[in-house]
Amino acid sequence: MISNLNIIDEGAEFFEISRRNMLKVSAAMFSAPLAERVMSASPPAPSGVRSRDLTQPARTHPPVMLPVALNVNGRQFDVRIDSRTTLLDALRETLAMKGSKKGCDHGQCGACTVLLGGRRINACLTLAVMHDGEPITTIEGLSNGNPLHPMQAAFLKHDGFQCGYCTPGQICSAIGMLDEAQRGVPSHVTENLSVAAVPLTQQEIRERMSGNLCRCSAYPNIVAAIGDAAGVSP
Amino acid sequence: MKSFSFEQPATVQAAAASLATHADAKFIAGGTNLLDLMKLEIEAPTHLIDINRLGLDQIETTDDGGVRIGAMVRNSDLAAHSRIRIDYAVLSRALLSGASGQLRNKATTGGNLLQRTRCYYFYDTARPCNKRVAGSGCSAVAGFNRMHAILGASDQCIAVHPSDMAVAMRLLDAEVETINGSGVRRVIPIAEFHRLPATTPHLETNLRRDEMITGVKLPAPLPGRQTYRKVRDRASYAFALISVAAVIDASGERAQSARIALGGVAHKPWRVESAELGLSGATINVKSIDAVTDQLLAGARAYSDNDFKLALVRRTVHAAVAEILKNSPQWK
Ligand SMILES: Cc1cc2nc3c(=O)[nH]c(=O)nc-3n(C[C@H](O)[C@H](O)[C@H](O)COP(=O)(O)OP(=O)(O)OC[C@H]3O[C@@H](n4cnc5c(N)ncnc54)[C@H](O)[C@@H]3O)c2cc1C
Ligand code: SF4
Ligand code: FES
Ligand code: FES
Repeated sequence: MISNLNIIDEGAEFFEISRRNMLKVSAAMFSAPLAERVMSASPPAPSGVRSRDLTQPARTHPPVMLPVALNVNGRQFDVRIDSRTTLLDALRETLAMKGSKKGCDHGQCGACTVLLGGRRINACLTLAVMHDGEPITTIEGLSNGNPLHPMQAAFLKHDGFQCGYCTPGQICSAIGMLDEAQRGVPSHVTENLSVAAVPLTQQEIRERMSGNLCRCSAYPNIVAAIGDAAGVSP
Repeated sequence: MKSFSFEQPATVQAAAASLATHADAKFIAGGTNLLDLMKLEIEAPTHLIDINRLGLDQIETTDDGGVRIGAMVRNSDLAAHSRIRIDYAVLSRALLSGASGQLRNKATTGGNLLQRTRCYYFYDTARPCNKRVAGSGCSAVAGFNRMHAILGASDQCIAVHPSDMAVAMRLLDAEVETINGSGVRRVIPIAEFHRLPATTPHLETNLRRDEMITGVKLPAPLPGRQTYRKVRDRASYAFALISVAAVIDASGERAQSARIALGGVAHKPWRVESAELGLSGATINVKSIDAVTDQLLAGARAYSDNDFKLALVRRTVHAAVAEILKNSPQWK
């Protein structure tokens, strides 16, 4: 439980201090059960292997340790890791950058969203060893806190979160999403596919952000924050 | 997850050769389906071949005016490509209706075609599933089968192929290009690519064990207007209950030609070419669309929780045709 709260607190690290203290209180009061649920959302053990400790590899398949150069937020980390390590676990456990969050670990919630070469991806559904040398940006890399990245500032201004657990993923996703929109990438709600420039409306923001769930349902404020950062009138 | 050795070959030939030499090897492309299943040990390769550094990421115009899509072209890049948006809009639309922005940035053309045909019992390793464990039974036939097939199923498996992209490719008569470990190339028409479950539900495609998808070829663009209509439980980020891909060329008095493909109804994208003949040269109206839908649904069987799909297919076909023909004099 304590460690869950710590994780939530770290999610709020990039906000100003008063906000952070407030988040601590609200996390303790309202969000701990959510965190517990989210953190324990591990898949059921396969029936045939229930007696075996699944955290330990089967004896016939010893772990394969591989060198990989992870380029995160402009710094290179030369590490040796188990081939099975997802990019998310490498960031959180190997590099101790706990800003990127694990919600579902199955590509369903967006809490783990990071930018790979500027493009948003789910860090839980890719392997660290697949990204040797490739530039990765996490929430920690967006700013040193002063000044905040404009998207962080917009989330703060519009109260785009409650517990803050989904927030690093929301912010990284929003930054990747704005870049997509600027490059003219259409969405499911884009009416006309034959025009190169897609106007970013509230409806467009909602559709394009559907890969990021918020258990606190801060959606209206998240959309407002992104709209503000993108210069969309409400 | 079971442990595995890992390699990142630099050429297509090396990748294909490696697949042929390792018994339990798998390619990893976007990883969005494979890792999802490896975490549950439903897939357990002992060797992974990362095909992300081979190229195969271009979209080129072919001599006959069509396009060749590299196997590693990401779903988001394919949907946003200017040629695809204009000449193959149904494919852009289908891709954009699938998964999320993050997943589409990773998911590849080859991986999307090869994502497992599956249902939630396939993921639930505490329940029988013929696809996961041959002969263990199907939990869906007498279980909660709201998402399941109404066409082409067997009592062994009633799962549906989850891909939106594949439905559009079926409509467009795409061809899947492959290479094997000895360098032998093969072209598989999309109609023959995915399989029905019959008594071997674990076999989902006719790709051979030692083959790699190098790309997908689309023939020259079809005349007429195209649409993709996906019906799902949420407005976004959900698999299809059913979907309809359609193209109709109705530039003259009557329809010149029409094609309709269905998703979410079978173990593979569903299309009945003979039914479409009923629309070419015909006046398109409620009656003729109903007649075509009857043929599309010939032999359909629902399993209780998915009874609604029979009516939903009919209504969605009508809605798709109406959308294509809106403002056109043919639509009465
Ligand atoms: C939460 C979630 C929601 C989703 N929603 C939708 C949806 O609404 N609609 C939809 O259509 N899809 C949906 N998907 C599925 C998604 O589209 C697929 O996971 C994706 O397209 C798979 O592509 P990939 O490149 O990541 O495949 P991978 O996971 O890398 O590979 C899948 C399989 O294909 C094999 N493979 C890959 N490339 C090749 C190749 N070139 N040659 C031979 N074998 C190859 C791999 O060995 C593996 O067996 C969803 C997925 C998730 C996780
Ligand atoms: S429908 Fe197919 S995938 Fe689902 S439980 Fe039955 S056999 Fe398994
Ligand atoms: S942790 Fe939920 S999408 Fe990655
Ligand atoms: S702010 Fe709590 S999950 Fe989004």
